[in-house]
Amino acid sequence: MKRGSLFLNGSALFGFVFLYAPIISLIIYSFNESKLVTVWGGWSIKWYAALFQNEQIINATLLSFKIAAISATLAVVLGTMAGFVLSRMGRFRGKTILSGWVTAPLIMPDVITGLSLLLLFVALESMFGWPAGRGTGTIIIAHTTFCLAYVAVVVQSRLASLDETLEEAAMDLGAKPSSLFFLITLPLIAPAIVSGWLLSFTLSLDDLVIASFVSGPGNSTLPMVIFSKVRLGVSPEVNALATLMILVVAIAVIAAIFIMHRQNRYKISQ
Amino acid sequence: MPTSPQIDPSKLNSPASWRDPEAKPFVQIEQISKKFGAFTAVDSVSLDIYKNELFCLLGGSGSGKSTLLRMLAGFDKPTSGRILIDGVDMSNIEPWKRPVNMMFQSYALFPHLSVEANVAFGLRREGVRSQEVKQRVAEMLDMVQLGHLAKRKPFMLSGGQRQRVALARALIKRPKLLLLDEPLGALDKKLREETQFELINLQDELGITFIVVTHDQEEAMTLATRIGVMNQGQIAQIAEPHQVYECPNSRFVAEFIGNVNMFEGTVMSEDSDSVTVHSPDMDNLIKIDKEHATGCAPTQSVCVAIRPEKMRISRDPMDGNTNTTSGIVTDYAYMGSQSIYKVRLHSGKEVRVTLPNAIRDMGDRLTWDDSVYLSWDSESGVVLTS
Repeated sequence: MKRGSLFLNGSALFGFVFLYAPIISLIIYSFNESKLVTVWGGWSIKWYAALFQNEQIINATLLSFKIAAISATLAVVLGTMAGFVLSRMGRFRGKTILSGWVTAPLIMPDVITGLSLLLLFVALESMFGWPAGRGTGTIIIAHTTFCLAYVAVVVQSRLASLDETLEEAAMDLGAKPSSLFFLITLPLIAPAIVSGWLLSFTLSLDDLVIASFVSGPGNSTLPMVIFSKVRLGVSPEVNALATLMILVVAIAVIAAIFIMHRQNRYKISQ
Repeated sequence: MPTSPQIDPSKLNSPASWRDPEAKPFVQIEQISKKFGAFTAVDSVSLDIYKNELFCLLGGSGSGKSTLLRMLAGFDKPTSGRILIDGVDMSNIEPWKRPVNMMFQSYALFPHLSVEANVAFGLRREGVRSQEVKQRVAEMLDMVQLGHLAKRKPFMLSGGQRQRVALARALIKRPKLLLLDEPLGALDKKLREETQFELINLQDELGITFIVVTHDQEEAMTLATRIGVMNQGQIAQIAEPHQVYECPNSRFVAEFIGNVNMFEGTVMSEDSDSVTVHSPDMDNLIKIDKEHATGCAPTQSVCVAIRPEKMRISRDPMDGNTNTTSGIVTDYAYMGSQSIYKVRLHSGKEVRVTLPNAIRDMGDRLTWDDSVYLSWDSESGVVLTS
């Protein structure tokens, strides 16, 4: 028993060190006085101050958040529709192919998704004149495309586990399909939609490869800015930015855990 | 209990409209079939149900009873045939427009809505004014004695309370027809018995036609005005509960409802008031009153069904040379209100006999390995030709 728990504790410790050592070192170095990223020169918060002076980073951050929010929202709408069709339309011609297609972007390498979207946008522009040039709009379209797949999968699995008699009961009580969806189905799949949105938001915020393919001049997302900066040597400001983002993510995760915990308590009491 | 204002007292308790050949059926199911791929769930069923009936569809799993109910509610479209409710063809009427409400086996209460909101759901969809919704919901909840739980969510309720919420929700729109899918299936035995009687009273009071699907024959017997026994997608027999039990029309119905002893044999003779059957299992001939032996003729192979409680058992030889036989007690179970004996006849066939324990004294009770004689009346057996 004791040896077992020693082994377990050891494994846990190793796992956590493996996961978090890079992050912790990043946080520590964000408070580094020295201009050289790899040399410790004492504590300072000057890079945080510098960060807020750096318009390029601020703008890229805002752009990334805007793209993430819009494409997550679009992906949730389209993905919910796709998930709904896949789990509720019964068997129809082409269902297997459709469900395969919807989930394909999950396993498609980003490079291929990015390249194919770029080719599509270029071809569309030469044929219809739209989209005129590449920029925020094309990034949003590209991100919506691959996030949609994640939302569809999450929503579909939630719908599959949902008791269909609930929807029948609503119909039986006089709910037309539209009010059935908004009054019964949507509230019941809301957790899946929220997690689909958060997942999409994160994926979009995180994406470097696809955005690099489909963005145009002057539309660099945050990962693109960071990546280009790193190529010229890591700037300590990036450490400060990363630390702030980790802080935001940590708060979001803790809030999510807290809400889920409360919901679980709710369920256990039933 | 407050009564619903829509009830017309003259319509209540109209005596057995299904026996009146002039009566117009309220629900007409005409030659309805439902196929799922190659599987036929419901096989050209025709059925008339009258106003204020409490009709039970009784059958085992896969007999098609639930599919029939779902077609009445509109969730499944019939492959062929049609359903008329109050004279209106339901073929192209969507579930949310039918004058029908259903109580689901799983209750299907909306988990994110309170008891009150669950019950109000149907009225809100009709666009009833919120003042009236509030009042009718309160009345309905009082009727099912759940007024004090109006604000609770379904998961905070016990099984019996959920059942009442489901019932209240299905009744609030005052449907012409209420469909109940295994309404008492999820309740424990004691609660089930109480609720059975409550359902009957409620049905009587509201004057709504009920169609109940159940696999529980006792439940069907207690609740129903008439029972439709279903087997493999077809209706095996439609009759009042006592007729289904006393005069089953087929081996399937006789064996499905209650226990029965079945003897295969050949019709020997027929006279003006009885039929005589020879069964190789019996010591003597079986004589059955003509009214329970329709549709058979001499030399025909038939089955004779005799219910265990209609057989007498004794150590002493019986008088007469028909409707008697003898054997040895192979098993005996004391059940409190009655005792069950299994008797092996000389042919090797086992017969079941139940005996009410009318006398408390256990002294001279029949027991294992006793040689016994069995007898029954000529009105007790039923001849089955299918």
